[in-house]
Amino acid sequence: MGTSEARGILTDGRGEGVVETQRFTFGSAAGGGMRLENGEALAPVTLAYETYGTLNRERSNAVLVCHALSGDAHAAGIHRGLDNPGWWDDMIGPGKAFDTDRYFVICSNVVGGCKGSTGPSSTNPATGRPYALDFPVIAVADMVEAQRRLVDHLGIDRLLAVAGGSMGGMQVLQWVASFPGRVRSAIPIATALRHSPQQIAFNEVVRQSIMADPEWRQGNYYEYGQPAKGLAVARMIGHITFMSDRSMEEKFSRKRKNGGFRKFDPDFEVEGYLRYRGDAFVKRFDANSYLYITKAMDRFDLSGGRLFERTIPLDTRFLVISFESDWLYPSSQSRELVRELKRGAADATYCEIRSTYGHDAFLVEIEEQTHLVRHFLERTFNGNGTFRR
Amino acid sequence: METEPFAGDPSGPVRPDHRIIFEMIDPGSKVLDLGCGNGDLGSLLVERKNVRFQGIELDEDAIYRCVGKGLSVFQGDIESGLAEYPGGSFDFVIMNQTLQEVRKIDFAIREGLRVGRRLVIGFPNFACLPCRVMLFFRGKAPVTASLPHRWFDTPNVRFLSIGDMRDFCAAGGIRVLGARYLDGGKEIRRWPNLRAQNAVFVLAAEEKNTR
Repeated sequence: MGTSEARGILTDGRGEGVVETQRFTFGSAAGGGMRLENGEALAPVTLAYETYGTLNRERSNAVLVCHALSGDAHAAGIHRGLDNPGWWDDMIGPGKAFDTDRYFVICSNVVGGCKGSTGPSSTNPATGRPYALDFPVIAVADMVEAQRRLVDHLGIDRLLAVAGGSMGGMQVLQWVASFPGRVRSAIPIATALRHSPQQIAFNEVVRQSIMADPEWRQGNYYEYGQPAKGLAVARMIGHITFMSDRSMEEKFSRKRKNGGFRKFDPDFEVEGYLRYRGDAFVKRFDANSYLYITKAMDRFDLSGGRLFERTIPLDTRFLVISFESDWLYPSSQSRELVRELKRGAADATYCEIRSTYGHDAFLVEIEEQTHLVRHFLERTFNGNGTFRR
Repeated sequence: METEPFAGDPSGPVRPDHRIIFEMIDPGSKVLDLGCGNGDLGSLLVERKNVRFQGIELDEDAIYRCVGKGLSVFQGDIESGLAEYPGGSFDFVIMNQTLQEVRKIDFAIREGLRVGRRLVIGFPNFACLPCRVMLFFRGKAPVTASLPHRWFDTPNVRFLSIGDMRDFCAAGGIRVLGARYLDGGKEIRRWPNLRAQNAVFVLAAEEKNTR
């Protein structure tokens, strides 16, 4: 793409420039809201979303990008007056893996979240107060159903691709299971068909640390402020699981922090890092959302043929990516997914990328992912008649 | 049936064994290439014969090159690569220059014949004249153009001849639909077990009497 090369700003994290979060609301007390997987109703539902690039005349170049547990709709570019590149800014933009000179990229905050979409911190129309624990249980399938409404709203019938890592990858798989005819290709990264007991265990410790904080107040903390201690510890646990033994060694070693020699002040840099990450998280993420979303991940299960219940053989192309040092979503889980794809005789590519970054790799191993995603999307977009006869 | 009908001559330098396999594959068929390497054969088949191609390859860098050519490829090994595929998923399964690195030969061939309607196997011939000369006159493990490795660094764990493959198929009730032989870049027909450095067999499972 000559235009993007000419811009010469591809790798400075500002490729997409200034972007704005938009909102789409559907449903009301009168109806038109969501019927959730557990049978309950939810209305109205607002989704915060951002788009990058331009939808073509045929509406055939739309890519839906799905965020992970603590992500949001802000996947690329920066907001006006801020220095806040989106969570996948290295992958989305002109000339990047998801090339916005060619594709129209959409990212929305999940339902149940706290970054502009309806979630437990939103106002319950029945009471005029935050839902808190009156918010219904949500599933990954509900997140995807809400995205489907957004995609309808944007006038897109078939998505060129649905892509995402970790919980974003679960949404990718759910899209294939729920709406196979609307997904031309799927890019699940560092994800699983279902959580293992180990993954559920980590999430349970995360939830318990939030709920053990008296400031949590059975979820009704909105007038008082977040259960900061519990939420910070929850996030610290998360960050341990996102890194690898090796990446921790490289980043921190046993390096000491300066100053502070009281008994249990952080001595080591890794301690300081975790505390910093924990505290920063309290400022940006709602504790109840963390509870709801981790539960949705734990209950997610598309194993045992449920991935392609609605269509055999699969019509969707797959690009499955895992990372060597990721022990939270180990490659064995991606290989299990690959085995399902073979059973469905799906057209698919699987690559385990060498990386020392652990689960974080899907956010930082840009070069290899870019190569894989760019060529895969190009092939899907151009078709060439080789995979559909 | 010695070969499938010829359907187009690929231009540019093409490996002789790739050219032979290319000629064996029906246009528009579904092909699984076990050990597809950099995807040279795959992209030839996709571009010139419009096949629906799926590769399986162990090496990460080779996978990047395949994806760069627009090919679909799974990272995985040959022995576990086929297990989940339903029977008859592909028209052709290709194992070119990979079988000699496999330990469970019988299993791999049975799996290939289960998953593919046809199994195309390309392998170096251990009974070719240069091998025999090295072994007989020099008393050394053969190192030839088609078997370039020394005894201590070879990835090969199986050393077979064209005659061995024919015996194996006969004993196992496997039909040999075709076989072609190469001495370097040149295709040969007479005395293949003595003269050919490489062979490509097209196999099919025994026809069932019961329906």
